[in-house]
Amino acid sequence: MSSIPTDQWYVAAYGREIGQELFSRTICGESILFWRTGAGEVTAMSDRCVHRRFPLSEAPSRLVDDQVVCGYHGFTYGADGRCVAVPGQTRVPRTARLKSYPTVERDSFVWVWIGDPAKADPAAVPRAPWLASPDYTTVSGMEPLKARFELLVDNLLDLSHETYLHGGYIGTPEVAATPTTTEVDDEAGIVYVSRHMDDAECPPFYAKSTGLTGRIMRWQDIEYSPPCLYKLHSRIAPVGVLPRPDGSDPDAFHVEVVYAITPETEHSTHDFWAVARDFALDDQGVSDFLAEQNRTVVLQDVAALDVLERVIASEPPGYQELSINIDTGGLAARRMLAKLVEPSAAPARTA
Amino acid sequence: MNVEPTRMLTGPGVLRVVWLPGSDLLRGTCHCGAAYLAEGPVEVWDWLLGHPVGHDAAAVDGAAELSAARR
Repeated sequence: MSSIPTDQWYVAAYGREIGQELFSRTICGESILFWRTGAGEVTAMSDRCVHRRFPLSEAPSRLVDDQVVCGYHGFTYGADGRCVAVPGQTRVPRTARLKSYPTVERDSFVWVWIGDPAKADPAAVPRAPWLASPDYTTVSGMEPLKARFELLVDNLLDLSHETYLHGGYIGTPEVAATPTTTEVDDEAGIVYVSRHMDDAECPPFYAKSTGLTGRIMRWQDIEYSPPCLYKLHSRIAPVGVLPRPDGSDPDAFHVEVVYAITPETEHSTHDFWAVARDFALDDQGVSDFLAEQNRTVVLQDVAALDVLERVIASEPPGYQELSINIDTGGLAARRMLAKLVEPSAAPARTA
Repeated sequence: MNVEPTRMLTGPGVLRVVWLPGSDLLRGTCHCGAAYLAEGPVEVWDWLLGHPVGHDAAAVDGAAELSAARR
């Protein structure tokens, strides 16, 4: 059985990736063709011609005035996926229609609904407003991961690995050493993990971007909305500097680290990452530094998880993992994902 | 100092697990108010997700919880 939840919104691309040309990406095992219409709307449909399955994203298929023409026999489809012309005859079979996918463009992402289109509710798309806010400057990218998406969920829900895998970038001894608080709201579909380090070494990622040189308060607050959207609210401040009683926090630096965890197949994942900051908004040097640093960190995860995927795929099932306190949030996420796949299942014991 | 973070999720069904600073213990608090002290995440989630089994008593003191957790 698939471990990928359906009837869910997934990030398919950044809006900037999709223009008035054919763009294909496999999401949850489905090859999907995207393009932006002349009116600026993103449209999504199957990337397989109904006739002989030629990929519509492959040359010499082409886009002509908001219609895609199959490069093999000329089947022509409108932006709604309906076939409008076939070669050599005037009658277009009524069943000649590409599967189309609901899409929502929001917060710089293009979201696509995988599942029953009748259940797609645009209001249910989880938000990451910083990515498109004028009050923040954002750098972002996407790295392909040759590992199942659950491994990236495990990775991101337990940041103690920063100390070991990302030393010299974002890892310091305090991350692994500091206890967490975990909250779960099944109805809202959120796993929240807080780790508040109140006297910590400042890693290069934050020292060079904020200019802070001494020890810092470093608060990591994870908000995961299974299956796709992960947000790390990161607060950096000199030791002892707290938010003000009115809730404002002008003396701290805030970084919103956002990941979209989108399964490509059962064993590969699109690892979208974005780093939004509320300081040094116009400093291109800071942008370049954070982009290079975060991409390096993501690639460190990718290398480790690619190895882990090969290990898991090559060994018999039934390996009994050991979970400790650092895994409290990760186990909560696993359980929530399992319920999305099989609502009647209640695998309380997911060690 | 590791001050326990403020309660972040406010829904009526929130489950909460606090890794008690200075210890290896996890304190699980159910949405019904009952609490339990555990020595690992599997144990604490088993108890929380078992609601309402064993949740009839309000939170008891740590020693009693730990004693219960170790039975």
